[in-house]
Amino acid sequence: MKLHEFQAKGRFAHVGLPVPKGIVCETAEAASAAFDELGGDLAVVKAQIHAGGRGKAGGVKLVKSAAEAAEVASALLGNPLVTKQNAPDGTIVRKVLVEEGLPIEKEYYVAITLDRQKEVPVLMASAEGGTEIEEVAEENPDAILKEVVDPVSGLADFRARRITYGLGVPKKLARPFAATLSALAKAFLSDDASLVEVNPLVTTTDGRVICLDGKMTIDDNALFRHKDLAELRDEDEEDPTEVRARKAGLSYVNLDGNVGCLVNGAGLAMATMDIIKLHGGEPANFLDVGGSASTEQVTTAFKIILEDPAVKGILVNIFGGIMRCDVVAQGVVDATKALGLEDPLVVRLHGTNMEEGRKILEGSGLKIIPADSMADAAQKIVEAVS
Amino acid sequence: MSILVNSETRLITQGITGEYGRMHTLACRDYGTNIVGGVTPGRGGEDVEGIPVYDTVSNAVKETGANATMIFVPAPFAADAVEEAAEAGIELIVCITEGIPALDEARMKRVVTAAGARMIGPNCPGVISPGDKCKVGIMPGFIHAPGNIGVVSRSGTLTYEAVWQLTELGLGQSTCVGIGGDPVIGTTHIDAISMFQQDHQTEAILLIGEIGGTAEEDASAFVKEHVTKPVVGFVAGRTAPPGKRMGHAGAIIAGGKGTAPEKMKAMRAAGIAVAESPAELGSTMAEALAARA
Repeated sequence: MKLHEFQAKGRFAHVGLPVPKGIVCETAEAASAAFDELGGDLAVVKAQIHAGGRGKAGGVKLVKSAAEAAEVASALLGNPLVTKQNAPDGTIVRKVLVEEGLPIEKEYYVAITLDRQKEVPVLMASAEGGTEIEEVAEENPDAILKEVVDPVSGLADFRARRITYGLGVPKKLARPFAATLSALAKAFLSDDASLVEVNPLVTTTDGRVICLDGKMTIDDNALFRHKDLAELRDEDEEDPTEVRARKAGLSYVNLDGNVGCLVNGAGLAMATMDIIKLHGGEPANFLDVGGSASTEQVTTAFKIILEDPAVKGILVNIFGGIMRCDVVAQGVVDATKALGLEDPLVVRLHGTNMEEGRKILEGSGLKIIPADSMADAAQKIVEAVS
Repeated sequence: MSILVNSETRLITQGITGEYGRMHTLACRDYGTNIVGGVTPGRGGEDVEGIPVYDTVSNAVKETGANATMIFVPAPFAADAVEEAAEAGIELIVCITEGIPALDEARMKRVVTAAGARMIGPNCPGVISPGDKCKVGIMPGFIHAPGNIGVVSRSGTLTYEAVWQLTELGLGQSTCVGIGGDPVIGTTHIDAISMFQQDHQTEAILLIGEIGGTAEEDASAFVKEHVTKPVVGFVAGRTAPPGKRMGHAGAIIAGGKGTAPEKMKAMRAAGIAVAESPAELGSTMAEALAARA
């Protein structure tokens, strides 16, 4: 689950990390008042959307008066902001963060994420803050310093120092800089994050170290023990269909093709998409009904698939282990009747209770095309939709 | 012989009194697995269809001589259950539970490693050795057949698909291992392949991967260096949209790797016969065996 910048900075402040003074605003008037309240002669208005690349897309602007703050906020609020990451549709800006302007001396990049090979979190840093880390990784990989974070005790002091000196942070700021790295690791662990990113982490001409930006993604599997964080979810940022699927216990990703897929298990679901493509078709979605779907879940899955107007036919591919084929078959029959499905439907059932499942399909009187294998199923659905 | 589980396996189930724990424990027993007990805190002294239940893993080990456990404990408590098993001296920990927080996984992996135990999973279907009639997991037993193919996979139902194709072609299995798809897992492709290479019963290996991470690339490099038996590979997800599940800083650490074409290329470079279609997992293996003979 992704957090907005202002939410991430709230979490940072919670562990004592230095963040700029800022006020979240939903109207131009509020932005104007925020400028005055911050009291400086410079402020930054930042669009609060999940997608990265906001700066280049015009979603982050320096302002020098309350009137200018209002003007920028009014241009952003209620309108879509299209960045490299959310193109082509963009995301509607619903909130802006108005922050104090700071006398920046130097920008650094810092991120923490789980390293699958090392099987522990790793902190990465570079002295090329402000630029996209992908570019640094490609052009100058040696410029990225890495240190492991202990999953229990956090970032060891010597590791924080090694990064700090490695980045060439001026001596007078080395202590607060290293302390900031340790606190970021603490935030990562205590909030069960899967990503913490500060780009840039800045030093100022008046001798401070500050998290100028903040990105945070929380491990969905850990939300059960972070009720306060779970409330920070912004469903406006998510694909509404994917949200409904998640609430029904389904995993769904919309794609560009016209063959809807309903499969159990993520690996088999991906393999089903692959085989549709190998037979000359294009999958319309990834949909994993999970290990133990009920008849109701199958109906919901069908509804979600059919909401996509591009869908011209559906392929059901179930290999029953925990899941019983007769339960799936009943779900398919119920959903087909309830939704008055007219598009071609190919069903391949295998595994636990497959004979019972096939009998239910045959006895339903519906126009369901049975298939014996994955290849047979893919061939039949691709023919049916073309 | 097979690998990991066999007729010597003395299995307990942690979370035996829950719906799934109970159902799958009984299915494993029906298949032939030697189930010696179960653990649910607070339910010690009861029994599940004649299987004794204990409050703690230590007690279960002391009373039954258990050397393996199958974990169905809900995600919030699963890491604790894994650590309890490792501490009690259990040699093989098969963690079926899905949805465990990644940091819990990192912590429990360390405890398991320090205790010298082996963990399979989490978030996996388990392990089965058909020739030894030993099933430790949730896979449907009847699709398997005794034989000489070792199967290792990150996925659940795709493994069933692969096994069924093998069985249909008369190619039985020595052992099938579902290693799970979570960020931190107890046993990797390389661990399983290494065990299959040393196992006398296993004549060939089927390696099923999926997009993301570099596990398949690493496994390919290992195969090239250390494996003399025929290996057949497949990678699911060549049509999957990029970046849907990986955080972007994670992709940096992986060096921008993880796509299906890259993984298939690495496999081919290691001499692995790659199945182009998920419908050709069995037939590609049959061809690889014929080419060797």
